[in-house]
Amino acid sequence: MIGAALLAAACSREGPDIVELEFWAMGREGEIVPILTKEFEAENPDVRLRVQQIPWTVAHEKLLTAFVGGALPDVAQLGNTWIAELAALGALADLTGAVAGSVAIDEADYFSGIWATNVLHGAVLGVPWYVDTRLLFYRSDILKDAGFDHPPRDWAEWRAAAEAVKKRVGAGRFALLLPLNEFEPQVMLALQQNDPVLREDGRYGNFSSAGQRRAIDYYLSFFRDGLAPPATESEIANVWNEFARGYFAFYITGPWNIGEFRRRLPADLQDDWMTAPLPGPAGPGVSIAGGSSLVVVKKSKHQEAAFRLIEFLSRPDIQARFYALSGNLPPRRSSWNDPLLKEDPYVGAFRDQLERVRPAPQIPEWERIAQEIRVVTERAVHEGWDAARTAAELDRRVDAILEKRRFMLAKAEETP
Amino acid sequence: MRPSSAGWAFAGPAVAVLAVFFVFPVIAAFAISLTDFDIYALADLKNLRFVGVQNYIDLLETPLFWRALVNTLYFVVVGAPLSLAASLGAALLLNARAARWKAFFRTALFAPVVTTLVAVAVIWRYLLHTKYGLVNFSLGSLGLPSIDWLGNPRFSMPAIILFAVWKNFGYNMIILLAGLQAIPEELYEAARIDGAGKVQQFLHVTLPGLAPTLFLVGILTMAGYFQLFAEPYVMTQGGPVQSTLSVLYLMYEQAFKWWSLGSASAVAFILFVFMLAAASLQLALTRRFGGAA
Amino acid sequence: MKRKTAAARSGLPATVGLSVIALLALFPLFWMLSVSFMSPGEASVFPPPLLPKHPTLDNYRALFERAHIGRYFLNSLIVASAATALSLSFNVAAGYAFAKLEFKGRELIFRLMLAALVIPAQVAMIPLFLMLKSMGLVNTWIGVLIPFIAGIFGIFLVRQYALSIPTEMIEAARMEGASELRIFRSVVLPALTPILVTLGVFTFLAAWNDFFWPLIVLTDDAKYTLPIALAALSREHVQDVELMMAGAVVTVTPVLALFLALQRFYIQGLLVGSVKG
Repeated sequence: MIGAALLAAACSREGPDIVELEFWAMGREGEIVPILTKEFEAENPDVRLRVQQIPWTVAHEKLLTAFVGGALPDVAQLGNTWIAELAALGALADLTGAVAGSVAIDEADYFSGIWATNVLHGAVLGVPWYVDTRLLFYRSDILKDAGFDHPPRDWAEWRAAAEAVKKRVGAGRFALLLPLNEFEPQVMLALQQNDPVLREDGRYGNFSSAGQRRAIDYYLSFFRDGLAPPATESEIANVWNEFARGYFAFYITGPWNIGEFRRRLPADLQDDWMTAPLPGPAGPGVSIAGGSSLVVVKKSKHQEAAFRLIEFLSRPDIQARFYALSGNLPPRRSSWNDPLLKEDPYVGAFRDQLERVRPAPQIPEWERIAQEIRVVTERAVHEGWDAARTAAELDRRVDAILEKRRFMLAKAEETP
Repeated sequence: MRPSSAGWAFAGPAVAVLAVFFVFPVIAAFAISLTDFDIYALADLKNLRFVGVQNYIDLLETPLFWRALVNTLYFVVVGAPLSLAASLGAALLLNARAARWKAFFRTALFAPVVTTLVAVAVIWRYLLHTKYGLVNFSLGSLGLPSIDWLGNPRFSMPAIILFAVWKNFGYNMIILLAGLQAIPEELYEAARIDGAGKVQQFLHVTLPGLAPTLFLVGILTMAGYFQLFAEPYVMTQGGPVQSTLSVLYLMYEQAFKWWSLGSASAVAFILFVFMLAAASLQLALTRRFGGAA
Repeated sequence: MKRKTAAARSGLPATVGLSVIALLALFPLFWMLSVSFMSPGEASVFPPPLLPKHPTLDNYRALFERAHIGRYFLNSLIVASAATALSLSFNVAAGYAFAKLEFKGRELIFRLMLAALVIPAQVAMIPLFLMLKSMGLVNTWIGVLIPFIAGIFGIFLVRQYALSIPTEMIEAARMEGASELRIFRSVVLPALTPILVTLGVFTFLAAWNDFFWPLIVLTDDAKYTLPIALAALSREHVQDVELMMAGAVVTVTPVLALFLALQRFYIQGLLVGSVKG
């Protein structure tokens, strides 16, 4: 085995001249990015890049396992809700200095809600790569048929529109689809409240507060009143077919579906769907500041080259091309000047929404808490729980999850 | 024979490997289960706390753990007897004196056992597809309604049981066949002379003769079924609504998704205790009802 | 005494019964093969087709060219072969020792090992993973192979078989002054050949099909074995039935072929391990 290792070392062309960089990209991005990075390698002849594609469903596990095993890459794509977790492990390099001195990356150019997801305790730990916020996709024809010539702008209008649609389409069809395997809609409604999701610096759940209970109740009421089917996405089989069929008129989803809808919906339906910003309790609402960031692994031996890759992928022209290839929206305002984005009728709502995005609580336990939200609300839907009971159960579970965090914070406060 | 140091030379390496890479980790797992090893401890071991049996208590108070336990027990209590019945049935058929092409059938029925679990789980995931799967298609041709096998919480575990029975019945079939072939023909002859019909021969000659083998096979199957993991991992990811979340799947998620290693180790030991209890129960029942087995 | 009908005497009911079960047992494998030759999307129609309209190798081409399945196949081959070699090296000597060589504590250790069979392997996995981490063996094939080096079941299997070697033969060789190693090589190993093949087949199959442990240990996709690659592929390409079936064919065919070639040894080993014990 030692012989093989020596042989491998001798065979690799790495030396003082060539740097071998490893980059982990997830899902579709992992398939697309190699197309762009050829140009990076051309511009940086001293760097050889290896892109490994990781499916989203196992990405979280893979990252943590790789951290434990000391097998993390140099650069990685991270869902920005995972940044706090990896930061707590000390896995991420601090990029504050590099960003400040960078010409290609201009902090002010980024949507502030998105940039904030990458900053922890004043340190910049990642650079946003693309944004993934979610908002309403809807059937404008069904809506018009139900008496609404514009998409709902606040919660009251949304309820009214949903009820009108349901009345119009009758039994066997619904007004909106809120798949039970997702937690994003619940979290978005939660973020729209003035009461935060967690209280006391993320020590306890805050679901029993008035604002959060209101969000839970609003979400559950769609199922209670038969406006949304109590189903997971796999039970729906093919979401696009069902949207085309009119099985539901509202769907909360993200920018990747613009391309999918264009591709999969029949041609005669292309004028009958549109996007709209998310309604909030009292007007246009906040949505989740999702998306992926690019991070440099602290243990990487090639941090300078890794940052160069990040700068390359952050250039407005590269981001525009990335958008053209993937449908992933750029996190920089200047990238939105590209004609492709400017002239697309569907992305206008996203541009608007991006000025009103809020990050989820940036604590290591967030991923776990999001899963709990999904599990508990799914149960609440199936068993007909009311908001108070759901909130109490959420608080109970989330408080248990945060117990170690409380211990850690208390410990940190003790030591001077 | 005189004692020989060669014995240690031959057996030593294997025993040493087992001690280091199996026994020691098992003991360590128990130790870890008494701590709150989690992601903070991963970052810095100083964040580790000794919590005694708190992990076990927390688990017993977690609804998800009971859900996983019930699912696993469902799989064991329904799946194991079903699998054994299928194996016994197939073995009886293979043992029938006048059956033809025995060697071919034996190979054919055993084939699913050696196939890679992941590969056939993927196959079955498609066979069980609600619209395009051949299982529902066959149900439809018989006039029965389609079932959403992997999307309906009531049918997801039955689907996994069906799959597991298909995959494993050949294994026990071979063992039971050997057991059947060991029953002396004279016993059957004597029973026939006494006027016993087929069914009575089965009850009074076959079953008692097969009892020790059945017991062994039963324990092995049960032990294997308690370790349900790969099927839900590939086919349903523990869902829908955690209806196929098994105890080992829970352990896997706790360990490698959330890195709550203390809790995960506790899950593993609780599973072990349950397996021991079930095996002892089976042993006691057999002693009680098996008589002179 | 009831007279059997001609049909019953000819074994027809039993044969029919066996045919039905065999059909159920083999049908998924046949379907796997059939769909692997269908064009993309052909299987996702209603009513579902049984045979491809125009058999094509496109799926296999895509697997080998885009999904690099050739590499995973090679990985599986290397890992399974290494596991077999290791297992034979360690377990055969130990099995012989437990059967025929006297040493202090032999019976006690053997009994303890049998008792340990009850412990599910997954209990040990978490600490084992941490041990690998401290040894720097995470994401290596050595790490994947460690559980296969020595196994209680393998030792047990060899021991049961070795018990049947006539002790007189060994004693006679000792009297002639042969060293223990010489005896092992010239007397014992030849006698153990059938069980060696059995153990080899068992280990190869188990290592080829191993899923849980490599899933945890390997993070670099270049090192994946077939089951892991297939599981990852199935998560990414949920809709591509035909592609997945081709992947299943590639994964399953080698073990099926090995089994068909050496089934006598496999089944014999099954029985030695289970019935006589």
